[in-house]
Amino acid sequence: MWLYITRRLLWLPFLLIAASLVTFTLGRFGPGDPVVVALGNRYEPDSAAANNLRAQWGLDKPFAQQYMNYVWNALQGDFGESYRFRGRAVSSLLISKMWVSFQVNVAALIVSIGIGIPLGFFIAHKQGNWMDPTVVAIALILMSIPIMVSIPAFVWATCLKLDVLPCSGWGGFWDVRIIGPAVTMGIPGVAGLLRLMRASTLDVMGQDFIRTAYSKGLSPTLVDYRHVFKNAMIPIITVLAFTMAGIFGTSFIAELLFGIPGLGNLAIESVWNRDYPVIMAITLIGATAFVLANLLADISYSIVDPRIRYR
Amino acid sequence: MSRISEQLTTSDLEEIEAQGRSQGHLSRAWSRLIRKRLAIVCIVILLFVYLVGIFAPLLAPYKYTDQDYKALRQPPSAQHWAGTDLKGRDILTRTMWAIQNTIVITFVAMATGGLVIGVTLGLISGYFGGRVDSLIMRIGEVFSSFPDILLMILLAATIGPRVKDFVRAVEDNTFLDGLVSIGVADYFVISLALVSFGWIGMARLVRGQVLSLKETQHVEAAQSIGASTPRILFVHLLPNAISPIVVSVTMGMGAVVGAEIILSFLGLGIQPPRPSLGTMLYEAGSISALRVVPWMLITPGIVAWTLVLCWNLLGDSLNDVLNPRTR
Repeated sequence: MWLYITRRLLWLPFLLIAASLVTFTLGRFGPGDPVVVALGNRYEPDSAAANNLRAQWGLDKPFAQQYMNYVWNALQGDFGESYRFRGRAVSSLLISKMWVSFQVNVAALIVSIGIGIPLGFFIAHKQGNWMDPTVVAIALILMSIPIMVSIPAFVWATCLKLDVLPCSGWGGFWDVRIIGPAVTMGIPGVAGLLRLMRASTLDVMGQDFIRTAYSKGLSPTLVDYRHVFKNAMIPIITVLAFTMAGIFGTSFIAELLFGIPGLGNLAIESVWNRDYPVIMAITLIGATAFVLANLLADISYSIVDPRIRYR
Repeated sequence: MSRISEQLTTSDLEEIEAQGRSQGHLSRAWSRLIRKRLAIVCIVILLFVYLVGIFAPLLAPYKYTDQDYKALRQPPSAQHWAGTDLKGRDILTRTMWAIQNTIVITFVAMATGGLVIGVTLGLISGYFGGRVDSLIMRIGEVFSSFPDILLMILLAATIGPRVKDFVRAVEDNTFLDGLVSIGVADYFVISLALVSFGWIGMARLVRGQVLSLKETQHVEAAQSIGASTPRILFVHLLPNAISPIVVSVTMGMGAVVGAEIILSFLGLGIQPPRPSLGTMLYEAGSISALRVVPWMLITPGIVAWTLVLCWNLLGDSLNDVLNPRTR
């Protein structure tokens, strides 16, 4: 177990070096001269200002040296200076945005888990009832709405027609404006969790130890909670990493449409403005978080289910 | 000698029969599939939508750039079945052309990324093993360590303009005109972005299949009579791995459709004036547009939703039919 974790952690730096090389190469050879972007209208080819800036950012050095410098600085948490917001370090720009995105993603995850898991557990007890196929079908239908369709539809209904929620904006985790992103980003994850929870509950309910528990004379609620629910949750834990990744993926569009000042919004705007240091930093942080989340899922899985042994 | 080989083949056949992988496997699966009502409904809907897209040049009532200044922001009417947008363009026409773009991109991306690259690399990786295998799988791991949407955005944003310059240069130096205007560059960029992570899942799936299949007797038999490696890969291994491939392609189609919409939505995919579902949804999604012309959302939105939903449902049904054990 510890050997497995160590091996995975040792592999992580190599993965990140490869990922940073891909990102850095794409960023450097992407279109748009950063000096032109930074100077805007004042740009003149070969002027002193342009050359100074080029030297200051190290853009006149060979590619390999630029890459080494970038990695060295990135390791110390310095992702360079934003091309667009002159004088602002990328890292300081990112931290506040990451916190906002984190809150939005957690809110959406709460919706996914809060609806998906109880509903899946409940539906598994209704086998053969009309409710079972109906709920599964509704979940599938809702899961398939692309986020860029569901958000405008949600905004149109709640804000323009019913006038119960503000249309867009951001006011923190406890603000009413978080409901929109939480619901629209959380719903696609519900279907996956619901179906998995239903299948795994059914699987557990057919096991011998459940029959034993009943034959001991335990009450159905106690069996349900203590034996069925806890065991049915095991496979869910591995999927949570994917659910989180899915929510993070939708946050780009959602933050844009809801006008939330988060990481996704910043990424899109940076792409539009060719602000490569920001894009590169977001990609690298995203990759790190993704890899760590997967590792965490594997580890927690083996803790919850002692039968799993990694080699 | 002939008796032994005869025995071998009959016992092999029995084994294959028992595993449900006889020659009629796909046709039996098909007959099971058409007994599923939902799958049939989905196939019919997908066929209908795609036929409309393919024949958009014939069916569309207007041109997709036609602007009717007397009918700006019209709700659905007899002249404009789906209404007109902020610039007086017919939404139905634009949706039809948008479907055409979706068809080209999804099929190109799936055929190159999923099928050609993914299957070939998976076959090679699984069959040869060793260093080749770990190289391919490590590269895959690097690409799958990015959140896929970030990698897609990054690729489309950095490579897109380069590709467009290249296509323009080709246009200038050859007699091929109008490559940019029919969107070759856009198609190429989007497909590349989708392919970059699309091959990994398929390669892993095929590799897993090949790892168990290459130990079977019929592969050993093929090797012993001196069959060439490509023949073993594509004639003896691939057909036996076809069911999971079919399921994975079908299930992946919904995601590819969605990814194309995201890229175009962010302005990194199909460029105006060519319509695409992503750009149409972007134009419709702002609050000011929702306030004035909410029907701009309805037609492209329903089409996008239907495509994703039907591919997902069809994938589910195919999974039930082709891989009954994994239900």
